[in-house]
Amino acid sequence: MLEIVTRLLFATLDAAPALVFAALGAVLSERAGVVAVGIEGMMRVGAFCAAVAALTVPTPLAVVGGMLAGAALAAVHAYLCIRWRSDQVVSGIALNLVALAGGTFLLETHYGPNGTPPIQQLTAWDWPALSSVPLLGALSGHAAPTYLALALPFLLQALLTRTPLGLRLRAVGDKPHAVATLGLSVPALRWGAVVGGGLLAGLGGAVLSTTVLDRFEQHTPAGLGFMALAAMVFGRWTPLGAFLAAAFFAFGNALRIGLASSAPGLLELVPQGVLLALPYVLTLLVLTLQGQRSRAPAALGVPYEQESR
Amino acid sequence: MSLDIHAGELLAVVGENGAGKSSLMNVLYGLYHPDSGEVSVEGRPERFRSPRDAIDRGIGMVHQHFMLVPTLTVAENVVLGREPTRWGRLDMERAVREVADTCARFGFTLDPRARVDALTVGSQQKVEIVKALHRGARVLVLDEPTAVLTPQEADELARVMKDLVRAGRTVVLISHKLKEVLGVADRIAVMRRGRLVTEVRAADTTADQLAALMVGDAPRAATDEPAPVAQAPGEVLVEAKALHALGDNHCPALRGVDLTVRAGEVVGIAGVDGNGQRELAEVLTGLRRLTSGGGTLLGGPLARLTPAVARERGVGHVPEDRLRRAVVKALSVEENVALGRHTKPPFAKGPWIDFAGRRERTRELLAAYDVRPPEPTLVLQALSGGNQQKVVVARELDAKPRLLVVVQPTRGLDIGAVAQVHARLREARRQGTGVVLVSLDLEEVLALADRVYVLFEGRVTGEFTRPDYDERELGRRMLGAERAHG
Repeated sequence: MLEIVTRLLFATLDAAPALVFAALGAVLSERAGVVAVGIEGMMRVGAFCAAVAALTVPTPLAVVGGMLAGAALAAVHAYLCIRWRSDQVVSGIALNLVALAGGTFLLETHYGPNGTPPIQQLTAWDWPALSSVPLLGALSGHAAPTYLALALPFLLQALLTRTPLGLRLRAVGDKPHAVATLGLSVPALRWGAVVGGGLLAGLGGAVLSTTVLDRFEQHTPAGLGFMALAAMVFGRWTPLGAFLAAAFFAFGNALRIGLASSAPGLLELVPQGVLLALPYVLTLLVLTLQGQRSRAPAALGVPYEQESR
Repeated sequence: MSLDIHAGELLAVVGENGAGKSSLMNVLYGLYHPDSGEVSVEGRPERFRSPRDAIDRGIGMVHQHFMLVPTLTVAENVVLGREPTRWGRLDMERAVREVADTCARFGFTLDPRARVDALTVGSQQKVEIVKALHRGARVLVLDEPTAVLTPQEADELARVMKDLVRAGRTVVLISHKLKEVLGVADRIAVMRRGRLVTEVRAADTTADQLAALMVGDAPRAATDEPAPVAQAPGEVLVEAKALHALGDNHCPALRGVDLTVRAGEVVGIAGVDGNGQRELAEVLTGLRRLTSGGGTLLGGPLARLTPAVARERGVGHVPEDRLRRAVVKALSVEENVALGRHTKPPFAKGPWIDFAGRRERTRELLAAYDVRPPEPTLVLQALSGGNQQKVVVARELDAKPRLLVVVQPTRGLDIGAVAQVHARLREARRQGTGVVLVSLDLEEVLALADRVYVLFEGRVTGEFTRPDYDERELGRRMLGAERAHG
């Protein structure tokens, strides 16, 4: 029994980082008041660019490239939403579509329909001292992103609640005009948050290509960006909450895979599709149950205009 | 336009809506940039690129609509933008201490750790003042500070302003309430249509002189008109008992309101914003469901009233939020006039729109209500706020309602339009319409109403009948004092 739980935890820790990074990116952007529906697209460009870069440069460097690609797409979002005050949801969806179509196009023209050639995965770190301990052993044998995904939520939480910058970001998401009258720049704060969110989303995508898979696949990230948004809402727009929600979703996914492989008889009772849909159904269920009580930043999605008060 | 502000004085800037008071102050505060001309501080010309420059030169501003982040604490709001830190971290302890110090120095009682959205409006305003003082403001600009306050809170503010001047600060008070300006200011600058008309010493002038200077030759404010002539109240139109309803936040907003409205009287609903007035108006017009209680309204039950049934029985409604509830701004004026009655003559003939009839009726109304420009085909949003409101009032009264519910009918209108709207409400009363007037402007309520209910936290805490209007007592009731007597 203990061994099964350890195996499930291991699978969770292996799969969770991409979702965690994307959810944190969404929290960062939305706390500053900019809707983050474009997260899915940012993950996709991050995953694509990291996989392509890893064909020629060392994989860790390629991951950084994926982050920058995510940030670049986020910068487009920021430019449209902040400079031109366009509708943030429409802009985000447009970016998702561009990333979807652009990724497919480049993939088909350069590498064929099945994905990029395989790349060197990020190396997993083994901790021999840990690996034999039950439960804790699940911590051993992951690549660097897993450990980062365990630390970053706490760092981001501290940034938002304990630093001047965090105070300003929260204020700009709730009442940007108050921030402006104090002589701070609303656009600068929002630019920073959106691009920072893009970096994180790009990292999430890059992690998919370099740890979970060993290439960029046609469907990456297959709705993971939207699950990150759900984790953000479920986690009430706090980094720690989003982290826990993302970990919960990842655990659900690990459970599904675990069930399918350890109890093949189950597949005869329950169609494969139902199991595949499980994480998404879980997400929907969770959102329906608590969506009403959650509190979004007050100025979320509202373009900031200086002279309208 | 030029204006000098002297150190250590309490200068009031008065003028009508749209006279340019707020624009002037926003230029002074660096939020707007002047097309030409300059601002000098202590003899040195300055170019304020943003409020930060103005703050650095010792100018602080309290905006009409508070610039506070409701989810943050008092201390967080005050230090935002110049937070004390220790090794890069926000030093909340020091922030709280500093804010408490500033409060103590100027005699404010505020809890630095309280969340701003839990404070009363009067306290929030103090937070705004502390915020400016904390930044070392020597010149403090207050934009229409009493618009949202009860009489008691306004008195308190006057005391605070005088204390600040005594402590060597300079206060600039922007207002269009002449009485309060005369009570506190040393010097008064009068603005009209973007120009400085004159500057006078407060001691050398009267409210009437100031009003004349402010308006030029425009019509006088309706609030200066004589009180309405008493007339025998007619039949009972509304008899409501123990009304309970929830607010938008799903918390009880009405908690046992009894209310009677008769034909030919104006019933005023007074209270500080957010004490159930809006919900009461929505109940009477069928927009909000009762959770319990009931009674009759125009011969039918009040429970389960819907807007359609209310209109059928003869309820007219001039809602608070014009653009959300009264008009469709992208439609033409005549289309807006037809809204709600678009299936009846003269707006329709059988299943078809009666274009000629609609045009003609609209023309008549626009002329009668002095809407400018009197152009039925103009898209509504091309009209000024005052003229839009005249269109709404014209439409509602044209339907000859037996009961008219009006909420904040003159907010944001200039004196001319206010006078128009008030005259129309009086006219409706004379013709036997029962009028329910909800307004945050106590002066307006007292000027028009025959009877006033005071609402506090969803209950009626006072009922006053003309001429027994005691503003002090009304104010006490608005703050929740129970019926001690009468």
